Amino acid sequence: MAYPTNYRYTKDHEWVNVAGDVATVGITDYAQHELGDVVFVELPVPGVKVAAGKTFGSVESVKAVSDLYAPISGEVTKSNGDLQNAPQRINEDPHGEGWLVKVQMSNPAEVNGLMDAAAYEAFIATQSKEASA
Amino acid sequence: MESVTTPPTTELRKTPLNALHRRLGAKMVNFGGWDMPVEYPGSGGLIAEHKAVRSSVGVFDVSHMGDIRVHSAGNTGSALAAVQHITMNDASKLALGQAQYSAMLYPEGTFVDDVIVHRLGQDDFLLVINAGTREKDVDWVKQNTKSFDCVVENLSDEDTQLAIQGPHAQDVLQKLTDAKLSLLKNYWFTHGTVCGLKNILIARTGYTGEDGFEIYVPSDAATSEMVWNRVMEAGKEFGIIPCGLGARNTLRLEAKMALYGHEISETINVWEAGLERYCKMDKGDFIGRRALERAKTAPRTRTLVGLEMCERGIGRDGYCCCNEAGEQIGVITSGSPSPTLGKNIALAYVPPAMAALGTPVYVQIRAQKCRAQVVATPFYKRSKKTAAGHTATNI
Repeated sequence: MAYPTNYRYTKDHEWVNVAGDVATVGITDYAQHELGDVVFVELPVPGVKVAAGKTFGSVESVKAVSDLYAPISGEVTKSNGDLQNAPQRINEDPHGEGWLVKVQMSNPAEVNGLMDAAAYEAFIATQSKEASA
Repeated sequence: MESVTTPPTTELRKTPLNALHRRLGAKMVNFGGWDMPVEYPGSGGLIAEHKAVRSSVGVFDVSHMGDIRVHSAGNTGSALAAVQHITMNDASKLALGQAQYSAMLYPEGTFVDDVIVHRLGQDDFLLVINAGTREKDVDWVKQNTKSFDCVVENLSDEDTQLAIQGPHAQDVLQKLTDAKLSLLKNYWFTHGTVCGLKNILIARTGYTGEDGFEIYVPSDAATSEMVWNRVMEAGKEFGIIPCGLGARNTLRLEAKMALYGHEISETINVWEAGLERYCKMDKGDFIGRRALERAKTAPRTRTLVGLEMCERGIGRDGYCCCNEAGEQIGVITSGSPSPTLGKNIALAYVPPAMAALGTPVYVQIRAQKCRAQVVATPFYKRSKKTAAGHTATNI
């Protein structure tokens, strides 16, 4: 799956899509693939403040629980309610319908510290090598 | 019949099918020191694998399981006596070609490991043991059979073990063997030609709660891959897919089959684990018997129950269980979403006073206490065989 070039990415395999000072956050195709079938998502409700690098929720596959790390700081304005009944959206469309939360950024400059698509793809290539070594 | 005890080695062990799993794009994990496929995204992943076994057929590489042969020269009966001494079920009741679920116990009545005992000959037994406990088990068997005039052989590396599981398992395997599988009852085995290989052990056993077979073929990679490929080919019309340890775990959990290191361990005894059906106290003395005799009349502190989550949340291995007052009363040994039931289920040790069906139990899931209740087990039971010898499916 292609990584949208207008998104930014973290080493924890989250993506952000910035429009003005609102960032939509999700997990990457690589992350959903590593997790396997997603069966449960725990997300913050609107109004909750998240901080870059800190956990803001969790996503669970049949096998395991993974923490979600906020790529940027700010206040949650919306969380993806569809995921409650259809968590598999994260597997089916991780960069689109499977988005997690929208965040009103408190420090939009944080985005500049994130990877672009090319850098992220290079990063996951090294991860895969380590995994199969 | 599976262990997750990771030995302190850094070098992961590989089954003869390791390269094949990697070619299939399997997600590999360290399981008890073994580099094993947990799921095959290419065949749809864990849930698809689980459903294939419940509704049709799937194939698992379970070569990490160990095998110990105990036999005597000249049918002296000393191998039987040795097996009787180290296991809790009554091996004397086994006919030739029959197998039984059993366990090896410590003198405390707790578990060294659970095993399947196969009677190969009058005084010739095969014990199939867990991967992560192989060395411990082999040492245990050798140490504790010294006073018997029998031979103990570790055959663990000599065969590739494939599990073909599901209501169509017989249809698939029958295409590849001259053995009359319809005549083989559950927990019986035979020897037959499989894929042109002579004298292959075929057992109607498994760890999925479904009908199925486990076959033991020579462990070289070429033979192992040939058999795997022939099984896949034969199963094509039934939609056979390779299945990993992830599905194996959810399948056995639904069927309430114990996992070493979880429901059974060196600190849990037979009564607590609810395995008294397989423990024959009247067969004569065996290791652990005296402690079990005492424990039988002593007040019990915990018992294994099934839980179903009533609120959103998945209770997982090691999570604490609380009562309504918030006091910790127990712990989950295995917990997962159940692909067959569409619910989140778990096995947990709780005080006997909280074991009644419908009792509310609160599972500590990170910061939250989520309500669950005690439910009947097994969570899933396949429907009885039809006259044709086939197994109907519940879903």
